[in-house]
Amino acid sequence: MQRSMLDLWVGLFVVAGIAALVILAFKVGNMSTMGGGDTYEINASFDNIGGLKPRAPIKSAGVVVGRVKSITFNNERFNAKVAMSIEKTYQFPKDTTASILTSGLLGEQYIGLEGGGDDQMLKPGDSVRLTQSAVVLEKLIGQFLFSKAAEGGDPAKK
Amino acid sequence: MSGENLIEIRDVNFAYGKRPILTGINMSIPRGKVVALMGISGSGKTTLLRLIGGVMKPTSGEVWVDGRCTSQLDQDGIYDLRRRMGMLFQFGALFTDLSVFDNVAFQMREHTKLPESMIRDLVMMKLHAVGLRGAAKLMPAELSGGMARRVALARAIALDPMIMMYDEPFTGLDPISLGVIANLIRQLNDVLGTTSLVVTHDVHEALNVVDYVYYLSDGKMMAHGTPEAMRANADPLVKQFVFGEAEGPVAYQYPAGDYAAALKMEARRAA
Amino acid sequence: MPHRSLPSVRGMGAATIDAVLRLGYAARFIGLTIAHSGTSLARPRLVVRELYFTGVLSLIIILVSGLFVGMVLGLQGYQTLTTYGSESALGVLVALSLVRELGPVVSALLFASRAGSAMTAEIGLMKATEQLSAMEMMAVDPVARVVAPRFWAGVISMPLLAAMFSAMGIFGGYIVGVVLIGVDEGSFWSQMQSAVDVREDVLNGVIKSFVFGVAVTWIALFEGYDAPPTAEGVSGATTRTVVTSSLAILALDFILTSFMFRGV
Repeated sequence: MQRSMLDLWVGLFVVAGIAALVILAFKVGNMSTMGGGDTYEINASFDNIGGLKPRAPIKSAGVVVGRVKSITFNNERFNAKVAMSIEKTYQFPKDTTASILTSGLLGEQYIGLEGGGDDQMLKPGDSVRLTQSAVVLEKLIGQFLFSKAAEGGDPAKK
Repeated sequence: MSGENLIEIRDVNFAYGKRPILTGINMSIPRGKVVALMGISGSGKTTLLRLIGGVMKPTSGEVWVDGRCTSQLDQDGIYDLRRRMGMLFQFGALFTDLSVFDNVAFQMREHTKLPESMIRDLVMMKLHAVGLRGAAKLMPAELSGGMARRVALARAIALDPMIMMYDEPFTGLDPISLGVIANLIRQLNDVLGTTSLVVTHDVHEALNVVDYVYYLSDGKMMAHGTPEAMRANADPLVKQFVFGEAEGPVAYQYPAGDYAAALKMEARRAA
Repeated sequence: MPHRSLPSVRGMGAATIDAVLRLGYAARFIGLTIAHSGTSLARPRLVVRELYFTGVLSLIIILVSGLFVGMVLGLQGYQTLTTYGSESALGVLVALSLVRELGPVVSALLFASRAGSAMTAEIGLMKATEQLSAMEMMAVDPVARVVAPRFWAGVISMPLLAAMFSAMGIFGGYIVGVVLIGVDEGSFWSQMQSAVDVREDVLNGVIKSFVFGVAVTWIALFEGYDAPPTAEGVSGATTRTVVTSSLAILALDFILTSFMFRGV
């Protein structure tokens, strides 16, 4: 094997390998967690976070604008405090609502932000005041059964 | 430390674990001479070569090479010593993935910064000395045993070493190649002044070529002298070796019980 | 009267101690290899040459196997997903299976049997024909000249081969799923893109293949270097390389997966 032929094949091999890695990184996967851009942190408190996990997406109008940084239990208020990292390019008004939603029917949970009409924007360290907790399936079913039972009771009275 | 002896072995003992391989060895190899180290297989000859090359250190005693004691040298010192030694391995030990040319050029490329043009000339000179200049482009797999050993010799003398060690250079060669190698050993010594140590059990060739002989048996130095002295030696052990006699102090039979008794047992079993 | 089973118990004890001693020797060996890597850095030609023998010559088996594995995933995946009406998730299934697990693991197993065994045999034979001793006598360190370049070549090749395996596999899944069976092309790729995360999945897969590369190359080189210099010795070492590497890959895969993919 001539030296130059050997070099050629090894060069092709390395190029092909790197190309495969690049394809996997860009075409097959998504780079959302590699955002890399600057972020600022805001907080929100929820009565129940349901199945929300750190690094879950934060979406507004369906577009990912940030990631959940950490979730801690507030022992004084007995609710959950969620720290969120939002990309610096997106500003949200002070009366934004944060709700915990589910993607699809049984998919992963994420935080959805809906902007209000306030002039003033949330600054780093601020807390979102309006929050809506996750829907817990058991409570939903319980509510449904209860309301059905109540409904069934009325016609019986008639 | 006399400058006359290039290699001196003083009271060297070497044991592999509990097994003694060499006991009380004393040797001196004068500068510019060809010395043969002879003995039957397993007498410890190759071990002695390894001790001189610094591959192993003696259990006790000292090995002095060119004014330096191998036991006192660190790894760099040993490598430095080896750069001035050449060794011809029993079956050549050529690098099978390199061509004949690249094999001979190996040491030049590793240890010197000579330009390729100069290396080319040097390699051709060395190959010409062993008569294989035309085989430069071949691969080791394409060489016969004798040719491979000659290429290995060219490789070993690539940097004009001050000491050449030959591990069984005559084993398994046809008579012509044998003669060629023996001649080369002598010529190298005469022309380059290389001190040579030849480990062999080929008595006939060796005695024609060397200046001095050391005879090892069972790890001990049994006899030493010039070739004529060895031929005339009356010691039965030496005589048996030099003249290749079947019976003598070295028994023909591997230790076993009584022959007649063994036969009788066989007959009884067959009955 | 000692119990009949005592010799076998004693034998097991001796075998365990031997294994531990050997492991220690192997650890010293790899330390030595890395410490003597200066020559590989100063003379990259040596590494390039070994890259050809470990990487380029493994390309065919890796690419073909990757293609077939991907095609099988496409087929099997489709069968299972239709029962839940989720054929559009085929791309996700193929991509995640390959990138997270099958890519690194299967390519490492193939690498061990092809390149690993070749390395063991080569070094074992060099030892048996005294080439390594000859090098030592010429004051050239065989670990630096022969072993270290092969080590770095193996470590570099492995992640590249794993990535190529995964890429071919996804292509194979695409061929079977979209082209042959008729799954919707758009949802195949778009669902895949949203489900495969570069940091979580691709990067973890690359880390795995890197770890496998180190393990397989280490085992292959050590077995060759330590092989008894006989025909049986070298053949035994070659077999041991393949068996030990395969077990190591699977064990490491479990350990790495449990760290990387906790509760995701």
